[in-house]
Amino acid sequence: MSGGMAPAVRSAAGRAWRGVRWYLRECSGEARWDDYLRHCAEHGHEPMSRREFERRRADEAERNPVSRCC
Amino acid sequence: MSTTVSRPDTDGGAPGGGGRRRPSPKSVLVWTAVAAVGAVAWTVLALSRGESVSALWILFAALASYAIAYRFYARFIAYRALGVDDRRATPAERLQNGRDFDVTDRRVLFGHHFAAIAGAGPLVGPVLAAQMGYLPGTIWIIVGVIFAGAVQDMTVMFFSMRRNGKSLGQMVREEIGIVGGIAALIAVFAIMIIILAVLALIVVNALAESPWGVFSIALTIPIALFMGVYLRTLRPGRVLEATAIGVVLLLAAVIGGGLIDDTGLGDALTLSKEWLVLALVVYGFVASVLPVWLLLTPRDYLSTFMKIGVIVLLAIGLLLARPVLQADAVTDFAREGTGPVFAGSLFPFVFITIACGALSGFHALISSGTTPKMVAKESQVRLIGYGGMLMESFVAISALIAAVVIDQGLYYAMNSPAGATGGTVESAAAYVNGLGFDTTAQDLAAASAPVQEPSLVSRTGGAPTLAVGIANILSQAFGAGMAAFWYHFAIMFEALFILTAVDAGTRVGRFMLQDTIGNVWKRFGDLLWRPGNIMASAAVVGLWGYILYVGVTDPLGGVNQLFPLFGIANQLLAAIALTLVTVLLIKHGKAKYAWVTGIPLAWDLIVTMTASWQKVFSADPRVGYFAQRQRYADAEAAGELLAPAQNADQMDRIIDNSTLNGVLQAVFAVLVLVVLVNAVVVIARALRAGGPVPTTEEPAVPSSIVEPSGLFATAEEKRAMAEQERLVGAGARGHGTFTEEGPSR
Repeated sequence: MSGGMAPAVRSAAGRAWRGVRWYLRECSGEARWDDYLRHCAEHGHEPMSRREFERRRADEAERNPVSRCC
Repeated sequence: MSTTVSRPDTDGGAPGGGGRRRPSPKSVLVWTAVAAVGAVAWTVLALSRGESVSALWILFAALASYAIAYRFYARFIAYRALGVDDRRATPAERLQNGRDFDVTDRRVLFGHHFAAIAGAGPLVGPVLAAQMGYLPGTIWIIVGVIFAGAVQDMTVMFFSMRRNGKSLGQMVREEIGIVGGIAALIAVFAIMIIILAVLALIVVNALAESPWGVFSIALTIPIALFMGVYLRTLRPGRVLEATAIGVVLLLAAVIGGGLIDDTGLGDALTLSKEWLVLALVVYGFVASVLPVWLLLTPRDYLSTFMKIGVIVLLAIGLLLARPVLQADAVTDFAREGTGPVFAGSLFPFVFITIACGALSGFHALISSGTTPKMVAKESQVRLIGYGGMLMESFVAISALIAAVVIDQGLYYAMNSPAGATGGTVESAAAYVNGLGFDTTAQDLAAASAPVQEPSLVSRTGGAPTLAVGIANILSQAFGAGMAAFWYHFAIMFEALFILTAVDAGTRVGRFMLQDTIGNVWKRFGDLLWRPGNIMASAAVVGLWGYILYVGVTDPLGGVNQLFPLFGIANQLLAAIALTLVTVLLIKHGKAKYAWVTGIPLAWDLIVTMTASWQKVFSADPRVGYFAQRQRYADAEAAGELLAPAQNADQMDRIIDNSTLNGVLQAVFAVLVLVVLVNAVVVIARALRAGGPVPTTEEPAVPSSIVEPSGLFATAEEKRAMAEQERLVGAGARGHGTFTEEGPSR
């Protein structure tokens, strides 16, 4: 990582890192909060607290069990 | 994957998809090279006998075959047979509610779907099937997934998607008939109970007399509870943070387990199988009535991350270690059917044993219902359904490799039931020598030393063998001295997601039971009624707990006796799913493509019905449950004891168990035949009508979403997405509508 290569390498590494982070946040459902905030901003709603939001998501999961396969 | 080649000109295809174009020279070159690699790998595997063969050939044969199948066959099925149409809105788009219906990025949904379908099955089945040699397993895992398993997953997903994500049972009832529907419902429930019992049995066998294993698994519970509380109250929603903490604690638990061996705690955690059954049953009950956020959800995060981590680690390990195959290509057991791991000859039992890695009926439950409600574009069923199953098959191939690169004397000593090996290294060595494999008592003792287990003799169930294989491969790849850590790490990771499956399965079983009984007793169907929950949970846990206990105490070996039942049950469920999609192809007027699902269905029926027939009617007491029952009943009547039974009580137990297994086996097969007969009637009616007949498919609604169909967006798709962005403005693409307010678009 030296000389002229550095910026290119750094930007590629940055892209990869952002990609991985995006993927993990999306898959784990963590990104749902951001989506919600964006949605509220677009529609001018006052967002509920994160605690309340996550609680509702947990209640949802309670009613819809997902199967895990063999 | 190259996407420069033509888009088929049939109904559907992405915007701008015109007529058939000539493949570019680059694409021709790439695919010729892939085909050549595959051909060479298959040739090496097929022709090598008695020389040392690198396990990597299996890996290359698999990857090249998958790539070609995905590129050509899956595409053919999607565009020609099914007729995916990206101009048509998916239920996720039409019914978006931010909850179950939710437009989801295809890569994210691939991750969700894969996490839901991948479990212990593809890891354990191939390990047991290694008794037949490496070649039969390799061929079936690869050919089976391409022509059966992945086809089933994708087609079920497609038809469920066209029906707003209806479940398998609902579709059978509405598209085939009420009789078939009821039979399917009972079959699904019964099969789930068997699956849960066998999964639990694998955990029990892996943890019995292993304080290190018990310690690290037991700690996963408080770790998950901590994560649950963390996510609920301390830092709501910070899943990655909580999972990172959980993973670190988990690794610490695995390391810590190594320190307790000679302490009082070690003695206290050296549990017999019977105690472990009790612990699992109590755990299963408590876990399934606790709120999901407290235990199930956090442990699901842990197990998913661990699963992916181990698969990646194992793949890298294989490439670095480049182990050599130790098993024969095809063993004598394949021809004679006298193997100690499971009874029966290559046909049909290798197909039954491998089960999930090549074709899994259980996937049809996930491919209908949950996943199809989240698909953004119809054509993505190819990536998610077909591609997801290819990935599962890759896991199975890795597991097979792990089992066939360990010393085969050790393999048979580990996987033969205790009744056969006698339980000590001396008797086991003598038994394995009798089978025709080289080993000595010293070898067997020496094998257990580096993984720091008291003994590896008769550690059946597949999980310990896989753990030894993984430990060997990773030690070879990353340096010796860590074998014990890797072994217990592998055991912990298998047990972790089996526990998640047991917990989730118990919950799903409870919902099914409450839903069904709710038809006659309204109150019971109320999912929020606590006594109902508790009764239904207790019933489900009681059922699988009983079969688990039967397996654990079976003198003939629970895995030996129950695994075939599990495999057949799973494959019979696949028969129901394949019957459904074949009926649907014909009802939709696509009888000329019915072979796509009809051929795997025919094969699956031949395999399962032969296996069921043998398990019920075979006169060979090793194979037929009732012949086995008769043999022991006759002996008991004559006042004799038959090995491995050591007293009258064990004789009774064998007689009872064989009867139970035989009856279950017969019932499963009959249920599937009921569905099949009902389906044949429907098919005949549809064929007589001569064209498409009415189905419950939802009418087409134009889609306004533009999304790529494959893993990577093509240049054409990128242009279309940019165009869409320009027209509707940023933020209009999918994602993020929330609860009360209804769709935002």
